[in-house]
Amino acid sequence: MSEYARPLPARTQATAPYWEAAQRGQLVLQHCLDCAKPWFPPSEACAHCLGDRFQWRSLSGRGVVWSWIQMWQKYFPGFEDESPYNVALIELEEGPRLFTNLVDCEPAEIRCDMPVEVVFDQVTDAVTLPKFRPRRD
Amino acid sequence: MDASERAARRAFRDQTAIVGVGTTAFGAMYRDLDPERDPYQLGLVALREALADAGLSKDDLDGLIVSRMPHYGRMCEVLGMRHPRFVNVLPGEGRQSGIALQYAAMAIYTGLASVVACVYGNNGRSVGARYGGEARGLTTTAMYDAPYGMTSPGAVTAQMFRRHQHEYGTPVETLGHLAINNRKNAAHNENAVMREPITMDDYLGARFIAEPLRLFDYCLINDGGVAFIVTSAERARDLAKPPVLISATSQGADITPNYVADDFWAEPLGHISEEIFGAAEMTHADMDFAQLYDNFTPSMLFSLEGLGFAPQGEGADWITPERIALDGELPLNTSGGHTSESYMQGWALHVEAVRQLRGEGGARQVRDARVGLYACAAPLATAHILRSDA
Repeated sequence: MSEYARPLPARTQATAPYWEAAQRGQLVLQHCLDCAKPWFPPSEACAHCLGDRFQWRSLSGRGVVWSWIQMWQKYFPGFEDESPYNVALIELEEGPRLFTNLVDCEPAEIRCDMPVEVVFDQVTDAVTLPKFRPRRD
Repeated sequence: MDASERAARRAFRDQTAIVGVGTTAFGAMYRDLDPERDPYQLGLVALREALADAGLSKDDLDGLIVSRMPHYGRMCEVLGMRHPRFVNVLPGEGRQSGIALQYAAMAIYTGLASVVACVYGNNGRSVGARYGGEARGLTTTAMYDAPYGMTSPGAVTAQMFRRHQHEYGTPVETLGHLAINNRKNAAHNENAVMREPITMDDYLGARFIAEPLRLFDYCLINDGGVAFIVTSAERARDLAKPPVLISATSQGADITPNYVADDFWAEPLGHISEEIFGAAEMTHADMDFAQLYDNFTPSMLFSLEGLGFAPQGEGADWITPERIALDGELPLNTSGGHTSESYMQGWALHVEAVRQLRGEGGARQVRDARVGLYACAAPLATAHILRSDA
């Protein structure tokens, strides 16, 4: 796995809990302890009520594809073997949206509003990326 | 909008004017890279031209707004502007060009300054700007997106256009019409970077960048400078060129962590439309042309729908080659826009609006152009109605 050339997540104090949870196979977001709403990206306060008491909680891991593209331009190293590659914007069941890659499906299958679920792709010893695949249920 | 706000917008109408415009030579500079070219130098060249255009000297300036350069202070030094009364810098984002004009007009209208220069310098091509793949990108989520290969304003716009296709069935040929029209107009513009006409086959045959967007949906990356000078309508009438009056201007926003707007900015653009047409007491049909921010062609589609030229989701039916041509019902991006003239992030679109309203468009002049629209669909959206003083 030492040859992994793609960009790795930047770890900061604010982002570490998100990536550490992914490493354990969990998708988590900050949830406000006052109004219960989740948010993404991580931030020091709840944008709904400005409350600063929060807890990292697991999500259902389910969502839908809001939109998606096939990226042809080579901006980052490490994607040469998979060009073009897809990038989807997932709307999570809980509301927030994440960019990610869809796996276990062909481009011809991808549709907006398609139901998806999270899977965890361990790309290096220290890093696991949440990705999504079509829900077959 | 309450009554006092409406009254304020009416009072502001036609009280300020653009009196001088200038640009660098875009086509010539495209073929001549210089890694040491700096944005202040580019801004200076454009401002010299704008001052001459207005019949003003640099000592007449008491306000300065700059963008896409690190600091206003250096531009002041270059211009020998020691005691400005109103000065600042705006981030080097395209959505700021319309805001530069708003700040200048506000400063004039409130008496904070009497003559404000707005100056922009872009050395992006010479310094290898890629607009994608930066370690810390342009959005808050960029650091989360990079591991998935997600980056670049164009790719975000591609996500939004795909969604628009899903909701409304918009074909890519709609974008093709916009790109082809831009290029057709640039063919009549000696200062444009890309002047070779393109066909629908060329458009569809070009490589994908972020599919569904192709090469000709994308702005150029080129160096250049742009300047415009704003003063009161009263003072404008004593200057060298016919004033171009600012009849109305408005700003709206949809600030999301990843740039994406669910509704293609229909909400902010809807407010803007109501405000500018209300303040100017004009209708869509009064617009003799529109200069629409076109970092990527879908932004033009979103502007046309959001501002109400086309009903939401019906842009594909509305955008026909005939309607948007120089002799059509609403000529668009008469200079060639960002995809063909020059990627000056909205700044050169303002200059083109002024030239059209003065009748200086040469081979691309829109007949009897008296009123024009500038609009930018982006997380900070703006639009103005400009008109000739006649």
